[in-house]
Amino acid sequence: MKRASGPNEVLIIIPAFNEEAAIATVIQDVRSVMQTAPVLVIDDASIDTTCAQAVSAGADVLRLPHHLGLGGCVQAGYKLAFELGYGYVIRVDGDGQHDPRDIPRILETLQKTGYQMVIGSRFNDGATAHTSFARAMGIRLFRLVLRPILGKQVRDPTSGFVGVNREALSVFTKSFPLEYPEIETLVVLQRRRFQFQEIPVKMRPRQAGRSSITAAKSLYYLVHVLLGVFVNVLKFEGRRWRK
Amino acid sequence: MDRLLNAMTVLSLVLMAIILFSLRRSHIRVEYSVSWLAASFIILVLSRSHALLAWLAGFLGLTYPPLALVMLVFCVFLVVFYRFSVIISDLKDANIALAQRLAIVEFQLEHSHEKQ
Repeated sequence: MKRASGPNEVLIIIPAFNEEAAIATVIQDVRSVMQTAPVLVIDDASIDTTCAQAVSAGADVLRLPHHLGLGGCVQAGYKLAFELGYGYVIRVDGDGQHDPRDIPRILETLQKTGYQMVIGSRFNDGATAHTSFARAMGIRLFRLVLRPILGKQVRDPTSGFVGVNREALSVFTKSFPLEYPEIETLVVLQRRRFQFQEIPVKMRPRQAGRSSITAAKSLYYLVHVLLGVFVNVLKFEGRRWRK
Repeated sequence: MDRLLNAMTVLSLVLMAIILFSLRRSHIRVEYSVSWLAASFIILVLSRSHALLAWLAGFLGLTYPPLALVMLVFCVFLVVFYRFSVIISDLKDANIALAQRLAIVEFQLEHSHEKQ
């Protein structure tokens, strides 16, 4: 993978952990839509053939030496993208839930609005989505909690289908939530007075594997994320970053 | 009362012995042994000094002096555990940053070899 040749270049990152069944298809789908953009898979120390599948599908692979979890994995991709000079990064999940045909709209919105983050939302325009009852309830709760903190409505705070610009990258290379990062990321952005926008996207059922958030982990997830949100609200470092 | 205090004395001596043994074998670093050694020393002194323990119990408003020692042990361990939680958090942050840096350097090294 080469250095970005200009400030408007985009990198597609795909964090992956044991996604051997879906990763090659995801990469091919992304490449069919974004022919010129490099695709970087961040392999979070998978114990299956995810890495080999990604290489054979034509992606570059950043191999983490041991399992860091989703946040550490995504942040590694952000760090490399920042060091290589990319202006925009679009994150696509490795399980095939995100439709790569939505990537150009996310990128276009990032470039047009100048906002630091664009979120692909499965609920915009009142749409329904493939999601469990428990997750839907959790999303409702997070919406309620985030509304006063962010000062605006966020319909799909758990979406991992996001695009960020270089300003957000520079922040995320230094400060990024390490577990379940999607929701806390919004608060990190808010503390810097950064802006985000949601655009409607279609979510597909995952092509293979299971969600890392099982029923047993749901309660832990809920408490962890809520605590993370409030910790980020209280964090002193935010004041140094205010514009 | 004496039996409980004797048990506390034995506990503190065993704790001290374990820490010193671990230090000798390099299983624990000196800077992390200080908290445990200080804690076991405080327990030892209080379990052997009835006057000091009675004063502490009076200060805390307790009628049964050994309870003061149990409370103190609890508080000391809370402080030690908190200190170690801070250290572990720092180490985890450093470990993640190192793992990410290693992955990025390896990636860039591989790609520089490919270019050559």
